[in-house]
Amino acid sequence: MTEDNATTDGAGRRVRVVLVDDHRMFRTGVQAEIGETARTGVEVVGEAADVDQAVTVITATRPEVVLLDVHLPGGGGVEVLRRCAPLMAAAENPVRFLALSVSDAAEDVIGVIRGGARGYVTKTITGTDLVDSVFRVQDGDAVFSPRLAGFVLDAFASTDAPPVDEDLDRLTQREREVLRLIARGYAYKEIAKQLFISVKTVESHVSAVLRKLQLSNRHELTRWATARRLV
Amino acid sequence: MPVAAAPRTPHAPDPEDVPQRRLYRSADGRMLGGVARGLAGHLGLPVIWVRLAFLGMFMFGDGLGVLLYAAFWVFVPLGQGGKTGHHSFFETLADGTRRVRKPDKGAVSGLIALAVGAGIFFSQLRFGGENGRYIWPTLLVGAGVVLVWRQADNARRAHWSAADDRQKRLFQAGRALAGVVLVGVGLTVFIVVRGSAAQLGNLLTAVLAVLVGIALLAGPWLIRMTQDLSEERLMRIRAQERAEVAAHVHDSVLHTLTLIQRNAEDVGEVRRLARAQERELRNWLYKPEGTGKDEAEEPATLAEAVKKTAADVEDHHGVPIEVVVVGDCPLDEKLGAQIQAAREAMVNAAKYGGEGPVQVYAEVEGQTVFVSVRDRGPGFDMEAVPDDRMGVRESIIGRMQRNGGTAMLRSAPDGGTVVELEMERAAKTA
Repeated sequence: MTEDNATTDGAGRRVRVVLVDDHRMFRTGVQAEIGETARTGVEVVGEAADVDQAVTVITATRPEVVLLDVHLPGGGGVEVLRRCAPLMAAAENPVRFLALSVSDAAEDVIGVIRGGARGYVTKTITGTDLVDSVFRVQDGDAVFSPRLAGFVLDAFASTDAPPVDEDLDRLTQREREVLRLIARGYAYKEIAKQLFISVKTVESHVSAVLRKLQLSNRHELTRWATARRLV
Repeated sequence: MPVAAAPRTPHAPDPEDVPQRRLYRSADGRMLGGVARGLAGHLGLPVIWVRLAFLGMFMFGDGLGVLLYAAFWVFVPLGQGGKTGHHSFFETLADGTRRVRKPDKGAVSGLIALAVGAGIFFSQLRFGGENGRYIWPTLLVGAGVVLVWRQADNARRAHWSAADDRQKRLFQAGRALAGVVLVGVGLTVFIVVRGSAAQLGNLLTAVLAVLVGIALLAGPWLIRMTQDLSEERLMRIRAQERAEVAAHVHDSVLHTLTLIQRNAEDVGEVRRLARAQERELRNWLYKPEGTGKDEAEEPATLAEAVKKTAADVEDHHGVPIEVVVVGDCPLDEKLGAQIQAAREAMVNAAKYGGEGPVQVYAEVEGQTVFVSVRDRGPGFDMEAVPDDRMGVRESIIGRMQRNGGTAMLRSAPDGGTVVELEMERAAKTA
């Protein structure tokens, strides 16, 4: 387990990151924002512009975190996730994916999350927040942008569904509260303060939501997506 | 040929860009294939005249009418020409009761003419004679073919009309089956009458062999043709979509880029332009089809209203506003007031909330609608605001309370400001 201070500011920690994005300008920009290892602790060990490159680079460098664009030539971020599934499941040094996209369309978001990404942030995020998210993902926690939290709430909100596998299909009251605060733009720390729980608890709630999104709820999400003509 | 006599349009049109006036069979108010009505519409004659002409040709022209009619039916595409007719035998009166529709004069005279014609036709035939044994099978086959052909028409018609319900589909399938059975029975009778029943087996085998042969020969070709056709259609749809996107990008994105180049020194203006363009493009790209990509009209639901309000404030004050909406419901008067209050809160946040983005969150849960507006600005002390400054008190808190909702305002120095608005929806708007 990591120390408390590490999760928030990354002081004294190093994380190896691979950047996957088909826009070179954007990769350069992210490099400039977060790639100064001395200051942020983030070391960009590889870059890729399409699916094949991404899989090669990730396999070769075995980074801790991959910043993954959703729209990529060669099948998109979902395809990268599919082909890197063994790396994600590895017992030792698993590779974790954080989706970083300009798109905040629901089908993109839900798609990569279900593909196994540990979080989803939009490209409007600030450098500091991005670094923070990278560290959080490295720790195995989930990172939700407000919009993603909104989608998830929306997906689980329908209360008329038949109670199938209750504990998997439903969000608990607390998880819902946490998501709601994320959707309202609160940082994890602020949520912790507001709900009188620790940041760790907030993170575990969010991780639980992520797990439910990936494991269960297939029919409900499908129905939700169908209703919105997303599939 | 009546088609040749089609009137020319007076101002000699360029065939390239003016759609030619074409002959269609009428899909509405037809009796058989819609040929007569279509022709009537095309020639500008009353339907009954055309029908009588066909009937005349049918009776006295050795079946010329039938041949002509069949030819029209096969070669003239089904379209929407002629006048709209009644579909149902029933009509709904003003008071809501249904009754049998009064037959209109044209239909009655048509029926009478049909009956007379049929009478003459049958009286001319000698059923017992040598001819007679072929008449019945021919009629059967003819009826079957007509049924199936009408079926094909209906299938094409379904492209225009809304999706049919189950019952209707069943009915149509039944009709097609009936047509096939009729044709089959007719052909069988032919065979039985012509040869002896003993040859039937041989004949059927021969027919089957020929059919299989044809299927084997033509099958692959047919399949490839259908595939090519559908592929071609897909390509066309794609090309159309691309053209639409291109047109949009040309129109607004290039325009905005020009404006940005011209206003390069004015940082605020550039930001505003870029944001407005981004929003429009996103809206255009990610909004589902058919939900009004132009968004010119007034919003009808809460989600749209919140987004529109945020967009307005964003444009006006040049501060980015991030909107997250969970659930949706139709707008009513109370929610309208809530939106107004939220707008005030957004304006305040945009003005005093510093550089960072303003976050707006709206949620519909059951009967409760919750809106929160938060900024990460310096915050302020509610108590320290002078009594004569009515903005927050009246526009936000007062407005919510007058409409039966609650407003809560939390602000900590250095911690930003949060405005939470809660409103019960009006009881079911029936």
